[in-house]
Amino acid sequence: MFAARGVSKRYGAVRALDAVDLDLSAGEVVALVGDNGAGKSTLIKVISGAVTADEGRLERDGVAVQINNPHQARSLGISTVYQDLALCENLNVIGNLFLGSERRRWSLLCKIDMERSARALLSSLDVRIQDIQVPVAMLSGGQRQSVAIARALVGEPWLVILDEPTAALGVEQTAQVLDLIRRLRDRGLAVLVISHNLADVRAVSDRTVVLRLGRNAGEFRTADTSPEAIVAAITGAAA
Amino acid sequence: MTTSAKAIRWPARLTDRASRPGGVGSWPVVGGLIAIAIVFGSLNEQFLSAENLTNLALQLAATGTISLGIIMVLLLGEIDLSAGSVSGLCAAVLAIVHVRHGQSALLAVVIALALGAVIGLVHGLMFTQLRMPSFVVTLAGLIGWQGLLLYVLGRGGTINLPFDGVIARLSDTWLPPWASWLIVVLIVGVTATSGVLNRRLRRRAALPLPSPHRLVLRIAGLAVLLGAVVLVLSADRGVPLLLVIFGALVVSLDLVLRNTVFGQWIYAIGGNAEAARRAGIPVTRLRIVAFVLASTLAAFGGLLAASRLAAVNQSSGGSDTLLMAIAAAVIGGVSLFGGRGRPYAALLGILVIQSITNGMLLLNVDSSIRFMVTAVVLAAAVAIDSLSRRGSEQ
Repeated sequence: MFAARGVSKRYGAVRALDAVDLDLSAGEVVALVGDNGAGKSTLIKVISGAVTADEGRLERDGVAVQINNPHQARSLGISTVYQDLALCENLNVIGNLFLGSERRRWSLLCKIDMERSARALLSSLDVRIQDIQVPVAMLSGGQRQSVAIARALVGEPWLVILDEPTAALGVEQTAQVLDLIRRLRDRGLAVLVISHNLADVRAVSDRTVVLRLGRNAGEFRTADTSPEAIVAAITGAAA
Repeated sequence: MTTSAKAIRWPARLTDRASRPGGVGSWPVVGGLIAIAIVFGSLNEQFLSAENLTNLALQLAATGTISLGIIMVLLLGEIDLSAGSVSGLCAAVLAIVHVRHGQSALLAVVIALALGAVIGLVHGLMFTQLRMPSFVVTLAGLIGWQGLLLYVLGRGGTINLPFDGVIARLSDTWLPPWASWLIVVLIVGVTATSGVLNRRLRRRAALPLPSPHRLVLRIAGLAVLLGAVVLVLSADRGVPLLLVIFGALVVSLDLVLRNTVFGQWIYAIGGNAEAARRAGIPVTRLRIVAFVLASTLAAFGGLLAASRLAAVNQSSGGSDTLLMAIAAAVIGGVSLFGGRGRPYAALLGILVIQSITNGMLLLNVDSSIRFMVTAVVLAAAVAIDSLSRRGSEQ
């Protein structure tokens, strides 16, 4: 159980976030939606430690936690997949999965150990890549996204944040990535997905949290809500 | 399942090709070398003689070592234009300490290499702390260290190294045949053992095994290649120590880059520095280390050049040394944009360039032609590499 309470963040005169609340729990996919400038990115940056909130509190199981930098977020078990994926295109899948946390014995890479773990991780997520020894540059967009998501799981997190995971993907690859997100939920992870695509949001999320102009503008059980109601909340039209 | 439909679009041929970090790998360069051997060999029967090939082996080491250093920074996507000047300056300091001040050769070598390391540290700090582009930092180095070389050499302009001294003898030492064959046996043995061991470990870990034919083929190929080299060189004066030193440097750097965390991180930074930083890799420190290594290897290359010439003069490390060192790395398949290529590129590339130089000199062709031919080879090598990469990326 993770909660953000009354989080506010100003950039100069702009109030990017104004007393926003957010609850996340294990085994649940929460979609964070809103128009451009609604504060979605700022909110995930606060949770992932990329920026620090001016006001507000972050809680894990009811206990206040401090997240001042990405490293702290990671050690708290919060893993973020950025929209740009942050993959090294020249390294192979294994190299990317363990980037920065390579298994080693005295500074020598434990290649076999890493390859075994990589295969186990990918097959547990049902990610199929024919040859994981090829550079990531050779993979399709969906496969790259899958590698980036799989990498987020290497540190055994309990919360995974996905920033626009289906942007720039084709229909088939989007379906693959949405499948993968469901599998994260089935593993008992808390998942926070930012998306512009309401069809994807409906397909994958249990709960939809709407931000508008930096404020909470509605929270819905996705299955019980019509797309129109969500769009109305996003645009601020009277619902 | 959608993924298996996806997988059909990845034919084995493509993945095979891409598993080599240099795009099409080193095959075009090897083909080029064979073409060079055929062309010059048919134009001049001297070219493929044991004596000339031995000379060629001697000519590789100095510029090849400098090229090896340049690869270190190229892998990060940076450039080192100062390597030639640094090699000249460090060789001059070596000569001054050894000859003018009469210190022991060992001390002189240590001081020269330490100077190279310090210069690299200065470059690295200017690049990472002052945020200057590496091109500018090392362009300043190119000019400045050249100036310092002229300054420390002073009026005389040339310092001769004693012919019977340790440093000059370095390039006039030849391995007796038994030692050469022992080295070949050791290399092949270690390669085969590690290949078999790796297969056994992979089998125990239930990982897919590469085909055994490929392993056998690789080891056999290695044995034949090394055997041929020793056979040819032993027909003349023997395997030059210089070649062994250069070869050892190439192999160790390759092993370090492929098997250590350091190497993995160098490639990661070259591929995507921002991703590396977010993954917690100490990008700044590694960049500095790469520049230090580059300049230290340049210093060592300068030392080898001085040993061959038995002198240091105002043109040490000057003229086309730097350009040939960069060209060798690129011809060998190192990407200028970072993250792609292996230290073997230095060996292959310098072999191509020196073969052309050597063959042209035998044919008494003017150096104007030599430069133009080298340029064509350089351009062709890069064109083949980038075309193949475009073909393999979707």
